[in-house]
Amino acid sequence: MGQTASEKIISRHAGQTVYAGDIAIVQVDGCMATDATGPFALKAFQDMGGTKPWDAHRVALVLDHATPAPNERIANLHKLLRDFAAETGCHFYDVGAGICHQLMVENEHVRPGDIFTGADSHTPTYGAVNAFAVGMGSTDLAAVMLTGRTWLKVPQTIKIELTGELRRGISAKDIILFLVGQIGIAGATYKTVELTGEVVTTLTLASRMVLANMVAEMGAKSGLVDPTGLALWYEFEPILSDSDADFAAVHRFDVSQLRPQISIPHSPDQVVPVDEVRGQKINHAFIGSCTNARIEDLHMAAAVLKGKKLAPGVRMTVAPASKRVLDEALKDGTLAILSEAGAAFITSGCGPCVGTHQGVPGDGEVVLSSTNRNFKGRMGNPNAQIYLASPAVVAASAVTGEITDPADILEGEAWQLR
Amino acid sequence: MNPITGKAHVYGDNIDTDRIIPGKYTKTLDVSQLAEHVLEDLDPEFRHRVQAGDILVAGENFGAGSSREQAPLAIKSAGISVVVARSFARIFYRNAINIGLPVVEVSDHAIENEHLVEVDLENGTVTDKDTGQTYRATQMPEVMVNILNEGGLVHYLRKYGQL
Repeated sequence: MGQTASEKIISRHAGQTVYAGDIAIVQVDGCMATDATGPFALKAFQDMGGTKPWDAHRVALVLDHATPAPNERIANLHKLLRDFAAETGCHFYDVGAGICHQLMVENEHVRPGDIFTGADSHTPTYGAVNAFAVGMGSTDLAAVMLTGRTWLKVPQTIKIELTGELRRGISAKDIILFLVGQIGIAGATYKTVELTGEVVTTLTLASRMVLANMVAEMGAKSGLVDPTGLALWYEFEPILSDSDADFAAVHRFDVSQLRPQISIPHSPDQVVPVDEVRGQKINHAFIGSCTNARIEDLHMAAAVLKGKKLAPGVRMTVAPASKRVLDEALKDGTLAILSEAGAAFITSGCGPCVGTHQGVPGDGEVVLSSTNRNFKGRMGNPNAQIYLASPAVVAASAVTGEITDPADILEGEAWQLR
Repeated sequence: MNPITGKAHVYGDNIDTDRIIPGKYTKTLDVSQLAEHVLEDLDPEFRHRVQAGDILVAGENFGAGSSREQAPLAIKSAGISVVVARSFARIFYRNAINIGLPVVEVSDHAIENEHLVEVDLENGTVTDKDTGQTYRATQMPEVMVNILNEGGLVHYLRKYGQL
C-alpha cells in the first residue's frame, strides 16, 4: 500500500515503515521554544535531570511573545532563556530578531523531510517546506531537548485539492480562511492536512507558509503543502504522498470564484465573504503575526495604501515577521509607503496577536487583523471584537474605516497583490 | 489507583486555551498565578467556586488553540482532579498527561452541572452518581497510560531516561 507524505517522513525517522494509527518513537531533527513556552520547558528539562540538550545545534530559543519585555517579571524570563542559551550553546534569537516560525524557515533550522517539534501551536507552518512539524507543550519539548526523540501517533491525512485560478487581489489568506470555515475548528484534529492542486503549486514560499500555518485552526497535528513548484535557495528532495495512499478524506475546491474571506468573532472558523460584513466600523488595523507579516504581505498592504491615508479614528500597527523582513521593507520603500499612510511600527513578534502587549484593544473596540485567532480575549480584552482577514483587506479597511473589499477602492487601478 | 469522586463543573464545546488561561497571564513560572485567572473569560466566578478535588466536564474539542501548557497547569493548580470531555484538542490532551492531570475522553456523556461524578481511570469508566449513568472512556495509547501512571513525563523520564 502506498504511503502519505506524513507516513513517509515519520517512517524515515522511526526506522520502520509506519502507517496512520501506529505509535512511533521518532528521532527529531530540530526543536524550538519561545518566551511563552521556553521557561516551563527549561524547568521541566532541569526537573528531568537535564543539563545539556542532546544536541545544542538542533535546539533554538526565540524571544517573540512578549518583546521587548513589558515588565520585570517577563524580563527575568527572557534572561533565563538567554542565560541558558549562552551556557549550553543552543541557538538563541533575542528581542526583535523575529517571530519563531519565520526564523526557523529563514535560517534553515527546519528543512524538507525533517521532523520538527516546536513549543508553539503554529509549528505546522513548516509544512510549507515539506517538513513534518508539530506543535507541542513545554514538557514534551523538554523531553525532546533531553533525548532527541518524541513519540507520535502517526496521523491520518485529509487531502485538499485546490483548482482554478485566483482572482486578482485574492491571496493565500483568503484560501485558508475559506478552508478553516469549511473544515471547522476541530475538523482535522489529530490529522495532517495536505494541500495540493494547481493553485498551490504556483504559490510562493511565503504564501505556502500562510496555508500551512492555519491548519492549526482546524485542529490539525500537521500541515503539508505539496512541494511541487516550491523554490528554495537550496536543493532538496521533495516527499509526496503516493497516489494509492490511504486518505481519511479528499476534498476538492475550485477557488476561481473565491471572494475575500473574513473570520468574524469569536472563532476562526466563523468565516464569511467580506461582502457580508462590509461596512462594519473598525478601530484598529493590525498587520503582523506568523500568518501574514512577510514581505509579500507588507507589499500587499502597501499596494493598497500607496498615496492614501488611514481613516480618521483608525489606528494601524505593523509588526514585520522578522528583522530580515523589516530590513527588506526598509530598503525597497515599503515601510515609507505604510508610514506615510499613517501606520505605526512595532517590534517583530507576537505580542498583539496573543494579547500580551503592544496593542490591546479597549472595551467594545473592533480589531481587523491579519493574524490567525480571534477567540474571545485573544488580544488581551474579552470585550473587544476581532475579525481576521488578508493584509489587503486589513489595509483597505484601514483607509475607509470600515470593513472593505480591496477591489472597491482599487477599481481600475493596476495592482498586483500576489 | 482509586476512583476519583468530585463535583462536576460543566461547560460546552470548543473551550479554547485563551479562555482557559488568557495569553496575557501565561508568562510566569508561578502556577498559583495561573490558578487565579483560570477560565476567567469564560466564567469569572469559577475560580471562587471551585473546590479541591472537583471535576471539570466539557463537550467537544476541549483545549483548542494554543500549545500553552499553562492551560492544564492552571486547571490543575486550581484544584481540579480530572477533566472529562467528549473530545480534546490534541496538544492540550498531551500536555495534561505530561503534567500529571488526568484527562478522560467520553464521547457520549450527558453529565450535568454540580452532579457528583466518579472517574475510574483503571477501568475506564465515568459515572454520574446523581443519575446513576455510567459511561465508557476512550482507551488511551499505552505510552500515555505509562506516563500518567508515573505522574507525568518529568517523573517518567527521571525513572526511565528514555521514551
